[in-house]
Amino acid sequence: MPDRILSSSAALAEALHEEMERDETIFIVGEDLVAHAGIFGQFKGIPEKFPGRIIDTPISETCIAGCGLGAAMTGMRPLVDFHFSDFVTCGMDELCNQAAKIRYMFGGQVKLPMVVWCPDGAGLRAAAQHSQSLESWFVHMPGLKVVIPSEPADVKGLIKAAIRDDDPVMFFQHKKLFAKEGPVPEEEYVIPLGQAAVKREGKDVSLLCYGSGYYLCVEAAEKLAGDGIEAEVVDLRTLKPLDMDTVAVSIQKTHRAVVVHEACRTGGFGSELAARIQDELFDELDAPVKRVGAKDFPIPFSPPMEDFVLPNVSDVLKAVHAVTYR
Amino acid sequence: MPDDKKTLLELYRKMVAVRQFETMAGEHFAAGEIPGFIHLSIGQEASSVGVCSCLRKDDYVVTTHRGHGHMIAKGADLKRMTAELFGKRDGYCKGKGGSMHIADFSIGFLGANGVVAGGLPIITGAGLSIKLRKTDQVALAFFGDGACNRGPVHEAMNMAAIWKLPVIFVVENNQYASTTPMEYSCAIGDLCTRAAGYGMPGEKVDGNDVLAVRKAAATAVERARAGEGPTLLENATYRMKGHFEGDPQKYRKTEEVESWGEKDPVERFARVLTKKKILTKKLAASILKEVHSELDEALAFAQDSPFPAPEDAMNDLYSTMEGGSHA
Repeated sequence: MPDRILSSSAALAEALHEEMERDETIFIVGEDLVAHAGIFGQFKGIPEKFPGRIIDTPISETCIAGCGLGAAMTGMRPLVDFHFSDFVTCGMDELCNQAAKIRYMFGGQVKLPMVVWCPDGAGLRAAAQHSQSLESWFVHMPGLKVVIPSEPADVKGLIKAAIRDDDPVMFFQHKKLFAKEGPVPEEEYVIPLGQAAVKREGKDVSLLCYGSGYYLCVEAAEKLAGDGIEAEVVDLRTLKPLDMDTVAVSIQKTHRAVVVHEACRTGGFGSELAARIQDELFDELDAPVKRVGAKDFPIPFSPPMEDFVLPNVSDVLKAVHAVTYR
Repeated sequence: MPDDKKTLLELYRKMVAVRQFETMAGEHFAAGEIPGFIHLSIGQEASSVGVCSCLRKDDYVVTTHRGHGHMIAKGADLKRMTAELFGKRDGYCKGKGGSMHIADFSIGFLGANGVVAGGLPIITGAGLSIKLRKTDQVALAFFGDGACNRGPVHEAMNMAAIWKLPVIFVVENNQYASTTPMEYSCAIGDLCTRAAGYGMPGEKVDGNDVLAVRKAAATAVERARAGEGPTLLENATYRMKGHFEGDPQKYRKTEEVESWGEKDPVERFARVLTKKKILTKKLAASILKEVHSELDEALAFAQDSPFPAPEDAMNDLYSTMEGGSHA
């Protein structure tokens, strides 16, 4: 049976319907969820089908995160909606000092099956406080897992894995990609955390990416093919745990790597990945690893400035030309 | 119905156990056997014991950095507690938590917390979980006067109130947030009056009177179990020791400390029980002996327990970590 075409939003909603049907300990908690089925319509049908299991809160991000945490510690499987990923700053203690550490500090006495769902990313002219990509903060925090799907099929398979996981998972989904459509299998499937996907094969350069960066790489790879450069696109999908094996196999083939993400470059995940590549695969490299990311500025409001700060396809092409010397 | 003799003596025994545990911990900290730093609850035994005496084993409790008393009162194992303070392998948290991060999930003790007010959002979540699972458990948070000025307290109290969660907020007002007196950091006299701002009942009790605490806590717990929502209980008390062991305590006068010594909750309850002819000198001595013998056992257990292996630091971070994790 051919796959259906679904948007990322629809893929997410479908996964949640299936999971909530399967496990009655799953519930969703956050701001403005019931009236519009989430501010992006991402929980379509859930308020009607699972009344009482999608819960509106006051604007209290600290306690929303705490609610998820306390519930996860006592037998529930919450999905905490952070409204905009930028607001994680208001729940940082709960996420980083509590959720990330509670299992460890208490000697493994407890499981914390909690998904923190964070719509992130720029491009909606939402300016500096509603547009960030903050995933690397959480990669830096032992005890959390970090997932960033790109295509609708990944959204569905990964949210299922995140929900079923017994550890706290930061799940970032780019706001601009909610409407993006793609094939989604009909049958039940789960994409395990920590499994990257080679989505386009190539022998000349590895484009290592995730989230919105994936789409930049796909477009860049098309253009590069016209120039005779075969780029391999590796969608990391999960940053923690990281599928370094798939990265290694790709680099052993191409000997060149460009890491592409929307988050700003300094201290971004690309820095970590580049460091690991030089550490573990130095002899495989024929060129330094390049990083493509946003310029180190807050996201400005006015469209020409926002577009200038964000990474684009030509940045990817430039990086590829630099590492391939072509 | 007034408490029977057995219950009263059990309250007393628990208070003695907390006092003696804390005293023992202070001594072994001073002797260099307990790493890091510890915060003792000497002087606050009526609060921990009075409140926890109203709880069931399956009720949830979170506490603070000053949580030994709450944990003992909730029914924790003294051996594993002591071993944890000593940083040993057989401690509750296998030596990963220490005094400030200790928990026993088998008795609903969801943990001490090193972050002031850190437990309140968690207990609200536990309360929400109880409501969703439709059980008749309750969830209770101990915190201090210092915590009251942090944002999470506001969010947690409001959320518990709007959803009528089975939560009890117990502020142990021991007059000082570390070195800062409560009068300096709060413009109001009684913290319990803040309850009105959330639409929940608030009550202040003499936190050094175990029976007064028990009575107020029983009402709050009953309310919570009946689905009537949260209560804020203020137990006015005093920490007779420093903020941490070794605190030079330059921020308070000796006379003040001594005046609270006269209100010592353990001795005070002993006087009450003696007057009621429930406690005799002989019985008090035998209770103390019994507690000491339990503590000696706990201490031997902790001292005999090995330190964790260095690489044990790599266990217990994740429940599951498959696919490309690296240390």
